[in-house]
Amino acid sequence: MNFWNFVTQNRLEIADLTLEHLWMVGISTLLALAVGIPLGILISRRPALRKPVIATANIIQTIPSLALFGFLLPAPWIGERATRLAILALMLYALLPLIRNTYAGITGVDRGVILAARGMGLTESQLLFRVQLPLAASVILAGVRIAIVISIGLATIAAAIGAGGLGELIFRGLAMVNNSVILAGAIPAALMALAADTLLGWLEKRLSPPRAA
Amino acid sequence: MTTAAQNQNSTDPLIEFRNVEYQSSGREVLRGLNLAIHRGEVLVLLGRSGSGKTTALKLVNRLLKLSRGEVRVEGRDVREWNVIQLRRHIGYAIQEVGLFPHYTVERNVGLVLSLERWPKEKIRARVQELLHSVGLNPDVSSRYPHQLSGGQRQRVGVARALAADPPILLMDEPFGALDPLTRSDLQLGFLSLQRKLGKTVLFVTHDLHEALFLGTRIALLEEGRLVSLGSPEEFLNSSEPLVMKYVEAFGSVERARGNK
Repeated sequence: MNFWNFVTQNRLEIADLTLEHLWMVGISTLLALAVGIPLGILISRRPALRKPVIATANIIQTIPSLALFGFLLPAPWIGERATRLAILALMLYALLPLIRNTYAGITGVDRGVILAARGMGLTESQLLFRVQLPLAASVILAGVRIAIVISIGLATIAAAIGAGGLGELIFRGLAMVNNSVILAGAIPAALMALAADTLLGWLEKRLSPPRAA
Repeated sequence: MTTAAQNQNSTDPLIEFRNVEYQSSGREVLRGLNLAIHRGEVLVLLGRSGSGKTTALKLVNRLLKLSRGEVRVEGRDVREWNVIQLRRHIGYAIQEVGLFPHYTVERNVGLVLSLERWPKEKIRARVQELLHSVGLNPDVSSRYPHQLSGGQRQRVGVARALAADPPILLMDEPFGALDPLTRSDLQLGFLSLQRKLGKTVLFVTHDLHEALFLGTRIALLEEGRLVSLGSPEEFLNSSEPLVMKYVEAFGSVERARGNK
């Protein structure tokens, strides 16, 4: 059976799995944003917390994904549904680039700008929301971009615990030793990653602070 | 004019350092500084790098916390001021300028006014007035900082420091990074503006030329201590060894005085 035949015959299932994949990546990314960006802001204000926070995120990053899925299995509520579990794991992986880039973006704002802003009487929250975050936006977005591209790839492995997504086709193809089936899962995932990368890259450029032309 | 200023006798110093000490990671940056800055004068803090002049400046608007002694602004210890009110009461201009790169000139200059909830039209009019007074064409108000020359950026920085009409200005080598011609343009502009507005200015520089040109009085700092204090004329005729060294090092000062 060739690739195109397989795709046309199974287009509904492929579309379904693609949506599942998008859902897992989307929700996990939103959760990671909600945790990672505040953590990045926190460690930029409390230097003492920087090392422990970054180290924890680093350690999570080094756990092999299959093992992490396994570790999380006994967790209450989360472990009951494979999708929940996959979303939690993907979120944990997305934390490091988000925390690190938020921190780097904020601390990378020009010292003179911060000094002038404090000196003219901006409160700490005005400094954060009017100066630091807008100027860090493109660096933070670069982190979001990395996180999403990693998530799209990692989410294929979630199929190993039955969470669905395009990984299901890849694992099925592997079991059947059928390249067409593998490709039917791998190609949409790759296209999704490329599309996300391009879109976020464009946004990143738009948000970067104006510089000399 | 604020109520605090009205309560104060007009001959009282506007800024006062009393036995001010400041330590940073074990190093004594200021060792018992006593200094009074009077209403309407330009007091220049002169000294080499590390002499403590920038530190002294930052103690006034509480960008740094003093270790011992007290700094008074309009007769009140700076620690008694609400820090945000204190800073909005004092204009601050620095060598790096620190314009917000993501804001137009108009938003840069008008930021504090918009935080103080001025209506939009009033802010716009005030920005135009300020740009005019620092010698900038009102057209620049819609530009971004990266579209300006170094001299224009520094003029915008001064306009921003003046935005809320603060009675006090702190200036930390504001013209230090400019080429000599632009610098002398800005010094002249600053001097005439200061005479018109009558601001009380604490001005940090390591450039004797600039100190003599702008200063009502010059305070020479060395290793965190006040070495000499007096008018430019007194400074030039001083018999204090360190001052004489300074004057010698800047052999061409007479020319500077001629310009003034």
